[in-house]
Amino acid sequence: MANGSKQIVDFAKIKATMADPYKHPVQVIDREGKVVDPDTLAKYSDDQLVDFMKKMVWERTLHEQTMNFSRQGRLGFYAPTAGEEASEMGSVTAFKEQDFLLPAYRDLPQMIQHGTTVAKGFLWSKGHVEGNQHENPNMLFPQIIIGAQYVETAGVALGIKKNKDEDRVAFVYTGDGGTSQGDWYEGVNFTSAFQAPAVFFVQNNGWAISVPRRKQTAAETLAQKAVAMGVPSVQVDGMDIVAVHEVSKAAREFAAAGNGPVVIETLTYRYGAHSSAGDDPSRYRTKEEEKPWFDADPLIRLRKVLTDKGVWSQDQEDKLVDEYKDEFKGAMKEAEAAPAQKVSDFLKWTYNVPTPAVKKQIAEFEAKESK
Amino acid sequence: MAKMTYIKAITSGLDQVLKDDPKTLIFGEDVGKNGGVFRTTVDLQDKYGEDRVFDTPLAESGILGLAIGLSLTGWRPIPEIQFMGFTFEAMDGIVGQLARDHYRFGGQKNFPVTVRTPFGGGTHTAEMHADNLENYFVSTPGLRVVTPANPYDAKGLVISAVESDDPVLFMENLKLYRSMKDEVPDEKYTVPLDTAKVVREGTDVTIVAYSAEVNESLAAADALAKDNISAEVIDLRSLSPIDTDTIFASVDKTHKVVIVQEAQRMAGVGAVVASDIAEEKIMSLDAPIGRVAAPDSIYPFAQAENDWIPNADDIEAKVREIVNY
Repeated sequence: MANGSKQIVDFAKIKATMADPYKHPVQVIDREGKVVDPDTLAKYSDDQLVDFMKKMVWERTLHEQTMNFSRQGRLGFYAPTAGEEASEMGSVTAFKEQDFLLPAYRDLPQMIQHGTTVAKGFLWSKGHVEGNQHENPNMLFPQIIIGAQYVETAGVALGIKKNKDEDRVAFVYTGDGGTSQGDWYEGVNFTSAFQAPAVFFVQNNGWAISVPRRKQTAAETLAQKAVAMGVPSVQVDGMDIVAVHEVSKAAREFAAAGNGPVVIETLTYRYGAHSSAGDDPSRYRTKEEEKPWFDADPLIRLRKVLTDKGVWSQDQEDKLVDEYKDEFKGAMKEAEAAPAQKVSDFLKWTYNVPTPAVKKQIAEFEAKESK
Repeated sequence: MAKMTYIKAITSGLDQVLKDDPKTLIFGEDVGKNGGVFRTTVDLQDKYGEDRVFDTPLAESGILGLAIGLSLTGWRPIPEIQFMGFTFEAMDGIVGQLARDHYRFGGQKNFPVTVRTPFGGGTHTAEMHADNLENYFVSTPGLRVVTPANPYDAKGLVISAVESDDPVLFMENLKLYRSMKDEVPDEKYTVPLDTAKVVREGTDVTIVAYSAEVNESLAAADALAKDNISAEVIDLRSLSPIDTDTIFASVDKTHKVVIVQEAQRMAGVGAVVASDIAEEKIMSLDAPIGRVAAPDSIYPFAQAENDWIPNADDIEAKVREIVNY
């Protein structure tokens, strides 16, 4: 400091300490499979924990099977999810059917859990309209423009509040890169300004395609960004499904009670490529970086807890994997049997009331299609 | 019937839709207590409450996200973007999301959003307040774009826009807000969203225009009448879709056409109208299609605005050229 005199404000100190409240990720089971929060774990029955395990095995198998399908050219754009099972399954299971899900492209597993079919997920990837038509109407399609789902969440949440719907919230996902978008701030800020019920998930998997988390922002945590909008937030160990679920449940309860939104940063890792469309992680990250994350695997640690409890075995898991593989192969067959799409239908869906030019084009395409 | 300004007619239309449908919501920057920076939504918050007419934080993309999300939960949103230049901040919301969402769901969900926004030159605004940006939006499938040129159409069109289940961009001309008064019924009426209107009948030449340029075209038609040139003037009203039936019928009568727009000439609405006429009615034409448009510069610095915006003299000169071809 100049001439040793005390300055009116100590920016260095503020900068050094501003992340302090946010950098203590909630954890119940640590990376070695050791239970670090037995009180929280005790709230879960063995059946519930086994169900978590099944869901993670399901998602891991879905990942592996979709990578096979991709290699066979049977899927379109698909974003791999291995590594993010605890973050995705732990969070989505904390919500109810009436809650409104606004997913992004890596969130097909949550959509399926929230009330659509695997076949619909595949149809979305393959580029078919039926992939956007779900049994549970309380969800949007996977957003491709990163951030749009965040501003739309503000509207859904405000709509829920205006409708005076009880016990209903909006929930939305993006990644670490998504928090750099202006729409991220606008979405969280609008929802907070209106004190509307929403839970905002940031699945921090370390990478926005090839750009690492540290290059997105100088902020130490992504969770702390929420404080600027007057929104409570927390980091959670995204490889610990019990911690993710517990935090998500608390957030849902808080939001549904009329307290405004919550932001949750899950610390997780994208094991594979950004997408099935030719991304090669070896171009931008090392095996040394990947290893500790692979060791922190969410399946390994819950498997250990359940095996110690004597409620899980490798045999049981292998059988499940086979069952799930069959399920996914069946879903692919179903997706492949979907009716061919017609350009005349695309034209019909462009407006509720077709314009004269569109009417003419519908007639032209219908004539072509009937040949 | 009362005489109403263009802006009062819009307010009256908004009042009507708020009264008719409890699911309609008006929101945006300053639209609440302040009644909008131009007072278009004046008194509506007092009348319908803060739940129905409310201010948002200052972020246009957020306003569009709000509109889309509110549609998903059963509401009929009427967001205001304070000036059309600010729609750039909401481009993903309007073009990337709103216009495409009905299609994305295979027609299963509606997004009945009316985005109101003021535009148009001649009032010496700050930059990004007056630009004619319709060209960006008329090339967007799924979105309707309408703009009234008089108070009567302003009320009828805004009601139709809100009642439509398609998303509509409703462009309000700044210069016309308080410069025009018309007989406007107090009761409810609608003006169809997709039809042009013959606002002056004539036999020698058709002038196709929209928004403030309709008045310039009418003034030009008055001047031409003194030389026994009879000009028919068509107000497009809807820029997407374009009502070609009305235009073609007129061209078949006059065999000559001049298309007028305040926007820059490049790739504009006038170019689309010219191409439609060329495609369908070239054999009906006795002269080349004439166009009057602003030059292809960036929107001018305010002091030189009136040198740039096409006026009645420019239209009159072009019509004489085409008529005497």
